Amino acid sequence: MNITFLLNGETVELADVDPTATLLDWLREDRGLTGTKEGCNEGDCGACTVMVTDEAGSKALNSCILFLPQLHGKAVRTVEGASGPDGEPHPVQQAMVDLHGSQCGFCTPGFVMSMVASHANGTTDHDTQLAGNLCRCTGYAPIIRAAKAVEDQPVPVWVKDKPVAAKPASPLLPKSSDELAKVFAAHPGATLIAGATDVGLWVTKQLRNLDPVIFLGGCDDLKEISITEDEVRIGAMVDMNRMGAAMADLHPSYAETIRRYASVQVRHAATVGGNIANGSPIGDNPPALIALGATLHLRKGDERRSIPIEDFFIDYGKQDRAPGEFVEAVSFLRQPDRLKCYKLSKRFDQDISAVCGCFNITVSDGVVSQARIAFGGMAGVPKRATRVEAALTGRPWTAETVQSALPAFAEDYSPMSDMRASARYRLETAKAMLERYFLEDQGELTNVLEVSA
Amino acid sequence: MSVTKPLPHDAAPLHVSGAARYVDDIPTPKGTLHLAFGLSPIAKGRITAMDLSDVRAAPGVVMVMTAEDLPFANDVSPSIHDEPLLADGTVNYVGQPVFLVVATSHLAARKAARLGRIDYTEETPILTIEEALAADSRFEDGPRIYAKGDAEAAIAQASHVIEGTFEIGGQEHFYLEGQAALAVPNEGSDMLVHSSTQHPTEIQHKVADALGVPMHAVRVETRRMGGGFGGKESQGNALAVACAVAARATGRACKMRYDRDDDMVITGKRHAFRISYKAGFDENGHIQGVSFLHYAICGWAQDLSLPVADRAMLHSDNAYLLPNARIESHRLKTNTQSATAYRGFGGPQGMVGIERVMDHAAHVLGLDPVELRRRNYYEPAHAGVEEPVQDKPLGHPDPHEDLTSRGAIETGRSVVRPVPAGGNTTPYGMEVTDFELHPMTEALLESCDYATRKAAVEKWNAENRVIKKGIAFSPVKFGISFTLTHLNQAGALVHVYQDGSVHLNHGGTEMGQGLFQKVAQVAAARFGIPLEMVKITATDTAKVPNTSATAASSGSDLNGMAVKAACDTIRDRMAAYLAERHQTDPSAVVFADGRVSVGEESYSFAEAAALAYQGRVSLSATGFYKTPKIEWDRIAGRGRPFFYFAYGASVTEVAVDTLTGENRILRTDILHDAGASLNPALDIGQVEGGYVQGAGWLTTEELVWDDKGRLRTHAPSTYKIPACSDRPGVFNVALWDGQNREDTIYRSKAVGEPPFMLGISAWLALSNAVAACGDGYPAINAPATAEEVWTAIQRMRGGT
Repeated sequence: MNITFLLNGETVELADVDPTATLLDWLREDRGLTGTKEGCNEGDCGACTVMVTDEAGSKALNSCILFLPQLHGKAVRTVEGASGPDGEPHPVQQAMVDLHGSQCGFCTPGFVMSMVASHANGTTDHDTQLAGNLCRCTGYAPIIRAAKAVEDQPVPVWVKDKPVAAKPASPLLPKSSDELAKVFAAHPGATLIAGATDVGLWVTKQLRNLDPVIFLGGCDDLKEISITEDEVRIGAMVDMNRMGAAMADLHPSYAETIRRYASVQVRHAATVGGNIANGSPIGDNPPALIALGATLHLRKGDERRSIPIEDFFIDYGKQDRAPGEFVEAVSFLRQPDRLKCYKLSKRFDQDISAVCGCFNITVSDGVVSQARIAFGGMAGVPKRATRVEAALTGRPWTAETVQSALPAFAEDYSPMSDMRASARYRLETAKAMLERYFLEDQGELTNVLEVSA
Repeated sequence: MSVTKPLPHDAAPLHVSGAARYVDDIPTPKGTLHLAFGLSPIAKGRITAMDLSDVRAAPGVVMVMTAEDLPFANDVSPSIHDEPLLADGTVNYVGQPVFLVVATSHLAARKAARLGRIDYTEETPILTIEEALAADSRFEDGPRIYAKGDAEAAIAQASHVIEGTFEIGGQEHFYLEGQAALAVPNEGSDMLVHSSTQHPTEIQHKVADALGVPMHAVRVETRRMGGGFGGKESQGNALAVACAVAARATGRACKMRYDRDDDMVITGKRHAFRISYKAGFDENGHIQGVSFLHYAICGWAQDLSLPVADRAMLHSDNAYLLPNARIESHRLKTNTQSATAYRGFGGPQGMVGIERVMDHAAHVLGLDPVELRRRNYYEPAHAGVEEPVQDKPLGHPDPHEDLTSRGAIETGRSVVRPVPAGGNTTPYGMEVTDFELHPMTEALLESCDYATRKAAVEKWNAENRVIKKGIAFSPVKFGISFTLTHLNQAGALVHVYQDGSVHLNHGGTEMGQGLFQKVAQVAAARFGIPLEMVKITATDTAKVPNTSATAASSGSDLNGMAVKAACDTIRDRMAAYLAERHQTDPSAVVFADGRVSVGEESYSFAEAAALAYQGRVSLSATGFYKTPKIEWDRIAGRGRPFFYFAYGASVTEVAVDTLTGENRILRTDILHDAGASLNPALDIGQVEGGYVQGAGWLTTEELVWDDKGRLRTHAPSTYKIPACSDRPGVFNVALWDGQNREDTIYRSKAVGEPPFMLGISAWLALSNAVAACGDGYPAINAPATAEEVWTAIQRMRGGT
């Protein structure tokens, strides 16, 4: 396919690109722009961060798991383009020098580009903005000093990119869900690529040849979030940062879990639909959506169907999705916020959950009137805790009830041991999360992230 | 003067603009080939058949090599030649390189490397300490034992005895730049190698052996590494040798860089330890005797394990005067990656051992842990400094010794001859004369308001059920010098050009620590010129030969002194010439503020250089330095292995969620001794970064192998180094206002490794928080992951 994008302000037109060539490899090997570094080649270290601008604005992305066709019509800025046309440093660059933000320097271009994007967007939650950039030398303190130092400085004109006008590139880059439905029906064996935060690793780590692939990034109608008086409907291509923002007022605990879901760069690319459709047992959206009682909307050609989201996950690696069928949206009813999501991992930021427990327990007149509880990391699929729910429902909302429900966890789940956690720890902390939900409900301090010295 | 200034890293403007070149960024000659290893999928076995036809037929593959195809030495070991580049009949760990693919692209090489079909006769691997002990699988004949006085008798007579056993996990370096090398064949049999290495001379030595050429035919250049931390001391050998061999065979430049997962699977890590201890204290908390048993998991090849395990023994005292001590160290050979150098080089593991003892004793005796520690400190240093001395040549050099290696050291059975009890001496008989921690501890406790905060933590814990807090102090006393004494030497090459600009070169390598800038500051100070007149250049074995690894925190100490010597030689020649010209004494020639003054006359440095050139004065000089005063017998465990000690102290406060064990560092205060700092900004950077890396080692960084010996945590998705928000919420770092008592470069102190161990206070603070959950002693292992902390809490609460 032929694609067009801007690179550091200059138009690039590429013909017959390999659809799974990564931006990082192209920059370094074809373009000779070696400022952008490969640290892990899987989106976990941020050394390859670049800034990409489209109609929705500028964002930091990991170029190691960004395929060239995903850039069609957009503007890319690399570290080489962070400085001005006459070599004048971006304020972020100068602050990083003056405040000793680099030591070995290898992570630095990635940090600089995350900071350039964050500075352009006026964000000051630096720990969150930089959670996707690993540094092994500095201990981060001087980098944060640099980020703070430039908060009030103006955004240099040269980093204010505009997306580029581009012709439709290929049927494999559909511009709407209707086009997607048509092309996917014609190629039911194709791999769908939404944000490539998972599929990217099939290419960079598993070294798989994917052919054909269909890129969903142009399907703007799948990026809609609709919030009515009754219902919340999230298009499959809504990225995780937008999802987090949408949840901030409705279900803040879910939003907080999304804040810790991967990193800014990954969340800019990753989509709600992708996180559901790939069927991972450790994705963080499914347990929250199951607890909210969400409905999944699927489409194949012109046929549509809707199912309770928990029914989508049949078994490990097996979902209720026919060839040529794709996730169009997920929806759930507006409801009083009783949802708490507890993400347990070795590291708070940018870590895959060992256990993700989501609780939605309604109490009426001191009695549990409804309980929807679901977990990731406890089974081969995201799974409801139906026996725990049963042990709570209809009972008074007391510590005794919580205690009496704990044995039911072992009936719902037989988790496994792996490098993230032991089976015992998973089962026992799942129980502890119900206790936490109760204690939190009683106003007790239970969140270690809310404590300071 | 340019020394003592807090200048930014010399390459910072290049770092932030992406212009700093690492090995993979160097423009390559046309036709450069790319390499990847085919790896062993099993932990132990014999290769019975190899079918590499699919590999050879894969797109882009130019050549495939096995051990049989190597023309000369099949050896990348830094010590006893037990580590072949490519497996020679047997495989010894999952991830061992078995064959080498040479292809037209990095991706083509990686893809082809997965197509090998190799048959193995599998054997039962040795993966655990128990399995290694049962099979007596070890390096050296038996355990090494160092002793002072009679620990057993002293413990038996003590009023309070504590004992315990705990695990200390290893650590992946996670340098952001993976291992990389590029070999370019030059004319004749010459080879140029660009390597991301802390040890260019060893790369040169290994490549020369692999090509069957003298060392003079190999030139190794290292401009910078994207982080090293010890992981590029010996682990780069395989890539450089592979590139050189393939470049020789194909006549084309060859480049190799490990994919991150390959890097983590192939290369060695910090040694995991199990430490058992038994210690006797009197009722006032004075230690009477302590006995340590170290089990070091060394992996399949010796690498640098012996000096690493030695250094763990040498730091089993940390800051404490142990009247009687016995340290027994077993170096176990297992079918896992060959453990290697990592910041602290065993010192951190040894130090964690004695800090655990102090923590445990304070808990049992009901004493404040800081007070108990202070009662056991070494005697304070006397006022004043030591005068410079000349070093004497070493006693018995061996013409056949494998000299470039850090690990080729004498071995033999320990004959335990304890150091006499008493005196202000270490368990290896070295008198401690520069102990700074008494006033440093006092100052830190006051600046961080320790007493008030400790009371506040106790109050918090009484009032809160779920979230518990903990606070802890830990000191550091770290020995500075290579324990292999002959490595304590360095060379430099300095040119002054006729325009007064200075070309600086030395044997140290830059891995982010700021060595080049510090040494350039020294050069600028010696000539009295602005720093901009000094050009920092890549480390190059053709400029300075026979260098030691940039390791053991020695970079600035050794290379700073060598550069000083070279600069002074040139300066003295210039002074002599100008003095003669002005009919005065050379001592009347002053180099300052960019000018050279002779009596009434004053020249710019450039003018002075031009004059000297026209006067036919040599403006190029080498410099050399060897550390004085040190001598060490590693078999007897006696001597003065260290020129001096570097000190530090930290207080960390944490919060623990007792429902799940999740935890955070809330605040850290550090006071660190860098002597008279050459560059306080760079030194504080080392302290901040070292602390976070040390705390990461002891908290979230968990290496997990499965029962087949496969490393399950081989990418940042599963191996969790600290992220941005894991740094302490409040982070106060200050340098101790002192100077080195010994005559080091401008009386500064080494700062690379020592701050790493300040992170021990984070681990102890977690223990302190867990202690609030019950009456017993928490006895946590390292790393204290959320699961480990939770497990300890269950124990405290009477669970299992």
